[in-house]
Amino acid sequence: AMEDPPSSFRFRRAAVVAAGLIRYRRGGPGRGLVLRDVRRGRGPDIDDAGHKYHLEFVLEDLNDKDSTVNCTAEVLYHLGNRNTPPDVQFTTEGELKSSSEADHRFYNQIKSLEEELVAENIPDSHGNVPPALVPVRLLAGAAAGYVIWQNSTEDTELHLAQIKRVKQVKRSDEYLEFDYVILLHDVVSQ
Amino acid sequence: DQVLHIVPKTFQEVQHLQHLCSALLLDLWKPWLPEDIQAGEDLHIRVPAPLVQEVKDSLDQHTISYKVLIPDVQELVVQSMAEERSSQRQVPGDYVYTQYHPMGEIYQWMTQIQESNSELVTQHYLGMTVENRPMYYLQISQPSDKTKKIIWMDCGIHAREWISPAFCQWFVKEILQNYKSDPNISRFLQNWDLYVLPVLNVDGYIYSWENDRLWRKNRSPHMNGSCYGTDLNRNFNSSWGTIGVSYNCSSQVFCGSGPESEPETRAVAQFIERKKSDILCYLTIHSYGQYILTPYGSTTTPPSNNEELMHVAEKAAAALMGKYGTSYEVGSTSLILYNNSGSSRDWAHMIGIPFSYTFELRDKGTHGFVLPPDQIQPTCEETM
Repeated sequence: AMEDPPSSFRFRRAAVVAAGLIRYRRGGPGRGLVLRDVRRGRGPDIDDAGHKYHLEFVLEDLNDKDSTVNCTAEVLYHLGNRNTPPDVQFTTEGELKSSSEADHRFYNQIKSLEEELVAENIPDSHGNVPPALVPVRLLAGAAAGYVIWQNSTEDTELHLAQIKRVKQVKRSDEYLEFDYVILLHDVVSQ
Repeated sequence: DQVLHIVPKTFQEVQHLQHLCSALLLDLWKPWLPEDIQAGEDLHIRVPAPLVQEVKDSLDQHTISYKVLIPDVQELVVQSMAEERSSQRQVPGDYVYTQYHPMGEIYQWMTQIQESNSELVTQHYLGMTVENRPMYYLQISQPSDKTKKIIWMDCGIHAREWISPAFCQWFVKEILQNYKSDPNISRFLQNWDLYVLPVLNVDGYIYSWENDRLWRKNRSPHMNGSCYGTDLNRNFNSSWGTIGVSYNCSSQVFCGSGPESEPETRAVAQFIERKKSDILCYLTIHSYGQYILTPYGSTTTPPSNNEELMHVAEKAAAALMGKYGTSYEVGSTSLILYNNSGSSRDWAHMIGIPFSYTFELRDKGTHGFVLPPDQIQPTCEETM
């Protein structure tokens, strides 16, 4: 309903979708953007296209706990074709702190490895992530943001639960390529 | 800091010492007041470390002789604290509360807690799990003439939510370590009995350690052993099977073959049913999400005492935030999270327990179920 408080699950689910897309677009090994708070929510506006939500929310950068980003977004869940991912239009306030130093550090670290990177269970059962693998995890978070956006409906709330496996793919050019198997947790269906 | 022993010989010396004590605001151990310093009588002064040299110089200048009674006050304090700790043995000395523990260690811990705090703690058997493991709760009860109302707290109904049993253990430790010194806790125990069930879903918890970290349900076999597990928090007799559940064993929210079909559910429900007229508050601890959830999950119709429930929960969330700035959202499950039926919290309220809450501890999804151990302490401290 239009008068639902910002804590209502409808808004949070839509914000999680928007955050996923933003993380995919702006995130990387040096920047992990996660949803901290939903400030305001309006909707859904219901018409033939589908259900549209208007949101104001705050993201935080996992690499820099005190830095937050105010965002707005419109999230449209399509009614017609259930397989169509939601449309998301978003704005972010201000400049994000540059991650190029961290990105470069990661790039050079991986390039300097003698063998292709392989790792499992990030984090491990106890929640530990070796510091060297933190950027690997943030990168997965950015990619997972895309997967979350593409696979969300009004009845899902998806979060990256764990990286089961990551394998670096050998390449002859200067690009780095990684193959991830990830576990997503859906809060609604558990 | 040092403690000096002086026996002033003359009235002049007394005067100088009184002046010294007042001017430097020295801590008199004997006598207590400068005006009581007398020639021929023992004087013990504690001198803060930065002033030690200055005071000794001044005494030398006035040819007042002194002896060092305690060369290092801090060392003595540390020593005596260590002695106190080892002699009291309130909690098992080596148990590390900032780490996750497997079930075997938690069983041992419960035994040790009772042994070293037998004046306050008794361990009780609640029932058996599907795989025939015992479920135990700890009763923390200060002996008194009056019968006290009960606060019940269970942890670990969902196997993968490891921070939850970690919190129950922390909570017990905090109570037992501080009930003598902390006026809030001591007043609390004068008025209420605490019943704590550190791990409700024992089989599931073990399974999450040994086989599948993200297991949620219990381990009851279905379909000839081709599928396992009922979601215990969909298995209680509160609008059972109506919404937010699956009738399919392969689902994470499979509600079981009927209300209270699971032995773990029955063990808890039978006990609480029996004691319900004495239970003031039912708390069930989960993760993750950072919520304090009130009834109901099965309907948005608010419970009869909703205002009071919300008021208390909001105060709790504010206090929690005061510790490390962690924000918890407060409200009914059906509004904040999703619809569900058969939850233990809803059932507790429906049978008449007025204050019934689900806590969803840290975090909000960044680590989710796999919360790193360095967050155990701050999570537990703020929730406390």
